[in-house]
Amino acid sequence: MRMARSTRIALVAVVLGIATGLIVFVGMAYVRTSPPTVDFATGHRAGQAVNVHMQTVGTYGKGTHPTWVSYLIQDPKTGRWVHTTLLDVPADTRVNFTIYQFDSGSPLRNQQVGLVQGTIGGKMSVNGKSLRLLNSYSNAGVAHTFSIPTLGVNVPLLGVSSPNLCGVAPCSTARWPHNVVRFSFVTPKAVGQYAWQCFVPCGAGWLYGNGGPMQTIGYMDGLLKVVQA
Amino acid sequence: MAIDTTAPEAPLGAAPPPAAPAPHRPVWLQQNVLTAIVLAVAGFALGHWAGNRIAGGYPNVAGASGENEVAICLSLGLGVLGWLLGIGALNYPIAKMFGREAIQEPYNPSWTRFFKFSTDHKVVGVQYFFGVITFFFTAGLLAMAIRTELLYPTNHLIGPGTYIEIVGEHGTMMMMMASSAVVGPLGNYLVPLMIGARRTAFPRIEATSFWLFTAGYLVILTALPFGGFPTGWTGYAPLQTQASGGMDSYLVGFAVIGLGMILAGFNLIATIIHYRAPGMTWARVPVFVWSILATSALLALATPTLVTAGLFGILDRTAQTAFYVNERGGSSFLWENLFWFFGHPEVYIMALPGFGIVAEILPVFTRKPVFAYRVATAGMFGVALLSFFVWQHHLFQSGINPDMRPLYMLTTELISIPTGFIYLVTLGTLWRARIRFEVPMLFALGMLFNFLIGGVTGVFLSDVPVDVTVHGSFFVMAHFHYTIMGGLIFALFAGIYYWTPKVTGRQFDQRLGKIHFWCMFVFFNCTFFPLFILGLLGMPRRVFTYAANLQFLNDFSSVSAYLLGTSFLIFVANFIWTIVIEPRPAPANPWGSLGLEWQTPTPVPYYNFERIPVVMNDPYHYAEADADPVADISLPPPAVAMNRPPAAQAIEP
Amino acid sequence: MAETNGSSSPPTGTTGSGTPEPPHAKRMITFWLIISLVVDVLYYTLAGPHMPPGDMTSAASGAQFDLNILMICALPVILGVWTYLGYALYNFREGRPGTLLTGPMAHGNFRLQVGWMVGTTVLVLGLFVFGTAELIIPAGAGGGEGPDPIWTPTSHTVLPIQVIGQQWKWTYRYPTYGGFETTSLVIPDNTTIAFHVTSLDVIHDFWAYQLGIKADANPQQDNVAFTTTHQLGQFTVRCDELCGLWHGAMYGFGHVVTKAAFAAWATRTEAQLAANTKLLPPFQWTYVPDANGADGGYYPDNVDPYSKVEIYGAQKAKV
Repeated sequence: MRMARSTRIALVAVVLGIATGLIVFVGMAYVRTSPPTVDFATGHRAGQAVNVHMQTVGTYGKGTHPTWVSYLIQDPKTGRWVHTTLLDVPADTRVNFTIYQFDSGSPLRNQQVGLVQGTIGGKMSVNGKSLRLLNSYSNAGVAHTFSIPTLGVNVPLLGVSSPNLCGVAPCSTARWPHNVVRFSFVTPKAVGQYAWQCFVPCGAGWLYGNGGPMQTIGYMDGLLKVVQA
Repeated sequence: MAIDTTAPEAPLGAAPPPAAPAPHRPVWLQQNVLTAIVLAVAGFALGHWAGNRIAGGYPNVAGASGENEVAICLSLGLGVLGWLLGIGALNYPIAKMFGREAIQEPYNPSWTRFFKFSTDHKVVGVQYFFGVITFFFTAGLLAMAIRTELLYPTNHLIGPGTYIEIVGEHGTMMMMMASSAVVGPLGNYLVPLMIGARRTAFPRIEATSFWLFTAGYLVILTALPFGGFPTGWTGYAPLQTQASGGMDSYLVGFAVIGLGMILAGFNLIATIIHYRAPGMTWARVPVFVWSILATSALLALATPTLVTAGLFGILDRTAQTAFYVNERGGSSFLWENLFWFFGHPEVYIMALPGFGIVAEILPVFTRKPVFAYRVATAGMFGVALLSFFVWQHHLFQSGINPDMRPLYMLTTELISIPTGFIYLVTLGTLWRARIRFEVPMLFALGMLFNFLIGGVTGVFLSDVPVDVTVHGSFFVMAHFHYTIMGGLIFALFAGIYYWTPKVTGRQFDQRLGKIHFWCMFVFFNCTFFPLFILGLLGMPRRVFTYAANLQFLNDFSSVSAYLLGTSFLIFVANFIWTIVIEPRPAPANPWGSLGLEWQTPTPVPYYNFERIPVVMNDPYHYAEADADPVADISLPPPAVAMNRPPAAQAIEP
Repeated sequence: MAETNGSSSPPTGTTGSGTPEPPHAKRMITFWLIISLVVDVLYYTLAGPHMPPGDMTSAASGAQFDLNILMICALPVILGVWTYLGYALYNFREGRPGTLLTGPMAHGNFRLQVGWMVGTTVLVLGLFVFGTAELIIPAGAGGGEGPDPIWTPTSHTVLPIQVIGQQWKWTYRYPTYGGFETTSLVIPDNTTIAFHVTSLDVIHDFWAYQLGIKADANPQQDNVAFTTTHQLGQFTVRCDELCGLWHGAMYGFGHVVTKAAFAAWATRTEAQLAANTKLLPPFQWTYVPDANGADGGYYPDNVDPYSKVEIYGAQKAKV
């Protein structure tokens, strides 16, 4: 291998350049796969409650995983439905959740999560009716839950008992059968990121119904990012 | 005993008689890494297509989940097959299957031989070196990402899903790399030179093991685009059965790497047993070769369990069998048992070669023989044997065989006795020596320091009551990083600095080498020692959230980890500058070693030894003027040497 | 390891030289004995009482005692090797006066080798006997002992608490209080408690750090761990076996309260949760989540994945 010194330097530089470029490209592409965060904190005034609107759909209907079940969050500024589960909320603030639930229900893997917990008054409102407990073995079962285990928040979402279900997100409340679930809780004083998830085995086709969308942020798992407003 | 004393004129292996020139292909038909990539991609696409054709219509395979595991596994499997076909690893068996003579490539002295299927053990050794380094640096970058996420207790810089994927990918890649880290580059390169052989016993199998190693690297990399795997490197079922596509890359990747490990092990066992030169009695075999023999035995005996366990996992995920699913008659304990039955010998696959390197290097820099040579070999084989009887110490709290815990506590603690032999040997070698602090010696001493902490904390883990606190915590993490990174990787760098002059004929800048050592040694300890404390304070492994009062120790460890990562850049810079760009010629025997490998010319000729040496002594009689020389490697009279037709040397075995 | 460094007399050089070798071994052993004694005493008095996992329960204080004994054995070993390395690297480096040891003594020393082997073996066997006693006497030392523990507490009043792991939270059932299931872990003081750990899906690991309890939660397996509480206060619960995406978020806190406070809490919670307790499956040591609904239709059993039968303990639908 007889090469001039300059050739060797050039060769090494090219190889190193390609390697660095690849690492940066792959690294950035990989880290950037995170879904966007919907901001409910900026411009929030102390003492004011925050209103969060979400919807749950049986199948997202497009993209890389059209068959996956998913949550969506409405951007408060544009009113558009964003396919994400990450949200910024201000600390020590009352948050009013409204969840439009479009999916069918099933019995729970553990009926313990049929209890409403950690919300103001320990209750929720389902289509205007106040409830503390959902029996997942009766009625339309439970479709999903909105649960933040580390904050003790748990809200079961009543399933829709209709054969005519919305299959492509975002779903229109005017067109598709749904349940409206409302509840409120006060965010903790400590800033930090709190994991929230669904406890219904709704990841169909995965062992224990708990793979795929059930283990993917942006579908049925998210982070409640409590920030200083 | 070795019997291969024939002169190079005689046929070696399957080489045709020298009278008939070997048929060979035109340049444009020769296979290299590019043809391998092309066929691997083709195999991948074919597998994907076939998988969708075969299983895409079954709702339980690809319906609700939206993911066809059959297609993923087939594309990975056929991709690996294409890779092997493309590089030419299967030419020989295929030709033989059709009753033909395989086409032999002529010996290729140009640099392109490193990108081809080469049966020269020295080329395979160098290929393995670059493979291991690539593997190590890729997984090392992932480690930087892990430490970045752990900068904050509850805020996430990387994101929990990505974090779990990175943790699993880092662990798996490091384990795959570390099982071949020494056996691959140094074992393949040095063992034939050290025992006075011209080649290894099965050169094609040896080369195939390397190309399986690279295929395993590519397969495990595909885990990230397939969505990663959430199980860490241990791959516990039924989480494994539940995981998405990246898990297939884990299972196929470990199977491919495992196959390579088995092949590499068999080749080296056969080489060491059958290819020793005359006079190379067992009592004269270098300690490093002993360690490679013990390691190879573990590779050949333990790894099949991993491949089998992985096959069960693939079946569970594709054909929906239930080996690991309790509800369907399987058992989640089965994976734990099979995995650790492989996994614990694997730990010693990664420790023993390090012992070998250190025990081999110390005499050179102390000018003394290996102290208690027989104790050293007994220690290595004691460790290898006992390592098959300890695996349930990973499962002390699992509820499997709880009444057997005292037994596994005993076997685990017993293994520290043969491990202690290594310390007797190394410390005894230092006694009243004449110690030279060259770079390889520094790394060897660093290994002794680190492995001591790793080994002693291992006794804590083996004690069931203490294990209740430290099992699955950062304490365990710190423990095995001290043994693998602090032990094996330090020993590997000792070996790299020590043998590079032999392999390349060039010498590292010693001052940069010392700076590399001190940075690596200090920052390694700064990175991993705090993890012992974190584990004792209750931080579990593989978490992205931890108690706020643990932030300082975590941040200290993270910053040290960045500096530790930077220390490797010193090595890379040293390598590029003094080996590649401004080569510094090395003296023929810069360290004054008696080892047989240093008696060969540099660069080592294709056939290693002009004449098979006759070994007369072990290579450790330093400072003994009246000792016999290690070997008689003197050439036959020049007239005979000149009569040898040069073409005969140009045929690969 | 170090104690055998000098268990035999130092090897003597065979190369003749005028100046006799200084008494290396004697110096090293003296230094090592002093420093080991000092460090051990300092460790035991200063650090020992504060070592994890504390002494909130019998299992925790047992683990702490065990850890301290191991440290007292380990520190002299580490110090011995460090002393030796430091001494040897300084005194035997190139250029120092002194003679290079050659000849048979450099190849091995039978008495030293045997002494080393005997020393390490005695140490290891001693640790084994000690560890086994510490495992058996305190009823499994807080570790998971499987469904049929053979090392059980002597107390006759054992409070059973079932720990259920699922992706990704812990719930607790109190069978002696009607089998209610809650997310809060409250336990009484001065009571022997049997944690029955099980899982509804993948493998988790129940780690109550300050209680000194750790037991894997395996699907369809009842893994029992015992301890006796000694102190009031809060303790941390974490999952210690990688169980998927939110493994790192699967943590919480429990409380040790007085017996009276516990009884009040338990009866109050039993009443509060009565409506939901009726819907739960009857209390069992393990639960068999159904193979269709609860496994998300992974297996092709030709059953509608959302059929309302046999979920979590084989309860029939009440449609």
